[in-house]
Amino acid sequence: MTVTTRAPEGGAAQASGFGNHWRERLEMLLGFGRSSGADLVEVFLERTDQLSVLAEQDTITSVSPAFGVGAGIRVFRGSHDGFVSTNDLTQAGLQAALEQALGMLGLEPIARPGDAFSGLETLRDHALSKADWLQRCPELHEATGRLLDGTARLERHGRHLQVRRGSYSRNWQEVLVAASDGTFARDIRLHQSLGLNVLAADGDHRASLGRRYGTSDRPDDLREWDAEASALDVCQSVGTMLYADYVEAGQMPAVLANRFGGVIFHEACGHLLETTQLERGTTPFAEMVGQPIAHESLTAIDEGLTGGAFGSMSIDDEGMEPQRTVLIENGILRRFLSDRAGEQRTGHPRTGSGRRQSHSFAAASRMRNTFIAAGPHSPEALIASIDRGLYCKSMGGGSVGPTGQFNFAVEEGFLIENGTLTKPVKGATLIGEAKEVMPRISMCANDLELAAGFCGSVSGSIFVTVGQPHVKVDSITVGGR
Amino acid sequence: MSSANTLDAANLRDRLERLASGHGISRWDLGASCSSDTSVQVDRGEAKQMKAAQRSAITVRVWNGDDLVGISSTSDLSDQGLARALSVARDASAFGNADDTPAFSPLATAPLQELDQPLHEPQNILRLLETLKEAERQLLSRHRSIGTVPYNGLAQRSSERIYLNSNGACRQQLQTTASLYLYARAEEAGRKPRSAGAVRLAYGATELDITGCIDEAAERTISHLDYAPIQTGHYTCVFSPEAFLDLIGAFSSLFNARAVLDGVSLSNRESLGQSLACPFFNLHDNGLHPGNIGASSFDGEGTPTQRLALVEGGVLKNFLHSEATARRFGVAPTGHAGMGAKVSVGPDYFEIGPTGSGGPELAGQSGLDHLKHQGPLVLIDSLSALHAGVKASQGSFSLPFDGWLINRGERVSIEAATVAGDIRTVLKALIGFEGPAKVTPDGVCPYVWVDGLSITGEA
Repeated sequence: MTVTTRAPEGGAAQASGFGNHWRERLEMLLGFGRSSGADLVEVFLERTDQLSVLAEQDTITSVSPAFGVGAGIRVFRGSHDGFVSTNDLTQAGLQAALEQALGMLGLEPIARPGDAFSGLETLRDHALSKADWLQRCPELHEATGRLLDGTARLERHGRHLQVRRGSYSRNWQEVLVAASDGTFARDIRLHQSLGLNVLAADGDHRASLGRRYGTSDRPDDLREWDAEASALDVCQSVGTMLYADYVEAGQMPAVLANRFGGVIFHEACGHLLETTQLERGTTPFAEMVGQPIAHESLTAIDEGLTGGAFGSMSIDDEGMEPQRTVLIENGILRRFLSDRAGEQRTGHPRTGSGRRQSHSFAAASRMRNTFIAAGPHSPEALIASIDRGLYCKSMGGGSVGPTGQFNFAVEEGFLIENGTLTKPVKGATLIGEAKEVMPRISMCANDLELAAGFCGSVSGSIFVTVGQPHVKVDSITVGGR
Repeated sequence: MSSANTLDAANLRDRLERLASGHGISRWDLGASCSSDTSVQVDRGEAKQMKAAQRSAITVRVWNGDDLVGISSTSDLSDQGLARALSVARDASAFGNADDTPAFSPLATAPLQELDQPLHEPQNILRLLETLKEAERQLLSRHRSIGTVPYNGLAQRSSERIYLNSNGACRQQLQTTASLYLYARAEEAGRKPRSAGAVRLAYGATELDITGCIDEAAERTISHLDYAPIQTGHYTCVFSPEAFLDLIGAFSSLFNARAVLDGVSLSNRESLGQSLACPFFNLHDNGLHPGNIGASSFDGEGTPTQRLALVEGGVLKNFLHSEATARRFGVAPTGHAGMGAKVSVGPDYFEIGPTGSGGPELAGQSGLDHLKHQGPLVLIDSLSALHAGVKASQGSFSLPFDGWLINRGERVSIEAATVAGDIRTVLKALIGFEGPAKVTPDGVCPYVWVDGLSITGEA
């Protein structure tokens, strides 16, 4: 049995897929837009096929397949742009969307003679080697079996578990990007993620905890998942946190563990290095390229190239191949992440970072795989350097506000007393401002690891990787009881 | 509503019946929606982004021969799209949960309450742009320190939703809505930037209270310019209506039958009839409240929306239900269901207030006025990061907030702080309500006084 939602033969627009056979239609649209007075026209076509499965205790409780098509058309004139999205991929539907976008900029949709558009370049087809990815993903009976195996292992290894959940999601996406500067590129993306979540309860003590794992472009990801290691990890952590006391609030030094600890950099600093924030005037780093913004021990990178990482891609959502972008080098700000509009409005060159959740969002400069580079220290050395502080073994979610103030929850924490980890603590929230905290990241360990996550911002929720080695923050505000 | 983007319920039913029959499917239901949106954003007098979207989507559920349910969703409303959706849903039904199978709501054909929701023609997007530019200009002119309005938007939507099932249920609702948000950023020399904002909703762009939105955004932003750090400690706190509604919303699993059955709620079956809060605390869910702009007259299963008592006199009275959870509890569905293989349940619009007028038993402490209080008192204006700082299944929260410290009649903005506590303790530690209930986009609530919450500051 399979619910892989493959297109039927001879179906509607989505059945044919995207490729060179779209060239003529797209060139007509792009030429029409240019001759109507647009500086640049971009068309983003998308087909999706998604599946999510939920297992609770020892039962599959939800199987939710979905599929769809859509287009996003963006028209630029000067520094302004208009964007229209639609589910209607007929020529009439796309033409109507284009005319609506032109009208937003005060352009009259008239085909005038001229040579404003010289045609699309040869299709850069990154999807050719990926045509069978969807078919190679596990069929539903295999996916459900793997999830139930995971929740069974939770039962085996956990104590006082009131709820055991396993979740799997598969997002397949085919995109075709065409623009009047000649850009013509196609790609297929595959993102799969797995989650294990538990709620433990013993009398008045309760603890809930989860882990999520994710990869891109690996059809066999679910088959290769180490369910035993994941279940052991979750059960050990929730068992520790079940009887934890609430953390005492205050200012203190902290060590943030590797992998998902990188969310602090993502939230506190990464967002402020997107040209989207420059355009809004909401980053304190606007005029600081070439100047120190962090401790000299800190180097930070954003890239879209690491094989299998959640934020990797062959092209961004504006058809550009991604780069490895050094954001901060030994504390000095080097680059901003930029998309097409960001380059136009701020002058920062594009970095292959134009990303969007789907066709219904205009692309914006967004992070991909973002991490702090490894340093020279051992993780133990960071902990040993603190008399009294907080060790954040795993982080929950977080956010950054329009003034650069960030916050994020500590899911699993321990007190550091006299250079060693002592009792577990819960209920901690780290708050601060990037400009103040970045210079306080004084030590980086040698154990860089990455973790998959989702980032919600101006162009929707996208797949990203955060990462870091263990890092020490000399002083940070810890909210608690 | 654009004629090019509407749903024809009768046509959809005919096509689905024909296609379902061809697939050997006799029992099905469907939720469909379509919408046309336009929105604008501006940046210092210039258009920042202008957007429009035409969306359509359906979710179809089918029951197989073993009475198991499968589901699928698509944006493709063509015959091919519907056929594929039915086929995929039928395949998925092989993995339906035999222990918790949804059925049609017994109320899916019950009469609906008519809502007073006037339909407005959409404005031209260039008109929206000019309106927002003018609103931004006015807000920027309110104070020399307000340099930008980094988050702003004026949007309008025409939408339609349908619920159909193979037993003949047919629900349909048309709506138009509009929204305006202005979030200003102010900065004075040598001091940190501060920000605050305001939101307005209406049934059409011409009905939006733009002046009120500008006034509120300006007043709130300016009020945070004079800030100071707060000493960490325990304080009496006053929640603004918006902040308290956000807090209760984050813990709505307390009232959610789905969460109770799943074991992730702090409540259980035996909690009904038990004391949850102070005896003067009332909480209702009322999606039909006139302040609920964009209210739905029926839920994802076609059940009529209704006003439901959740807590009366501090006692837990009812849970929110879907058809399936209601069946498990032996009650009627309450109109709070989504649509899915496993149907979600959620609140619509909270009404919070005292049990009655009179003494503290029914209304809490009387005469509360945070502006005249000698303090120290923390006024919590808005909460942030609820997605990260709330552990609903544990009852705990630790949340950043914007607010003021009130001391001897003086009000000083708090630089940066978090408030932490346990929702069960909060509901038992209520001191009382202040002033009349305020109608907000998320519900109706007065100011709420709570004793002894933990505040962490940077002092």
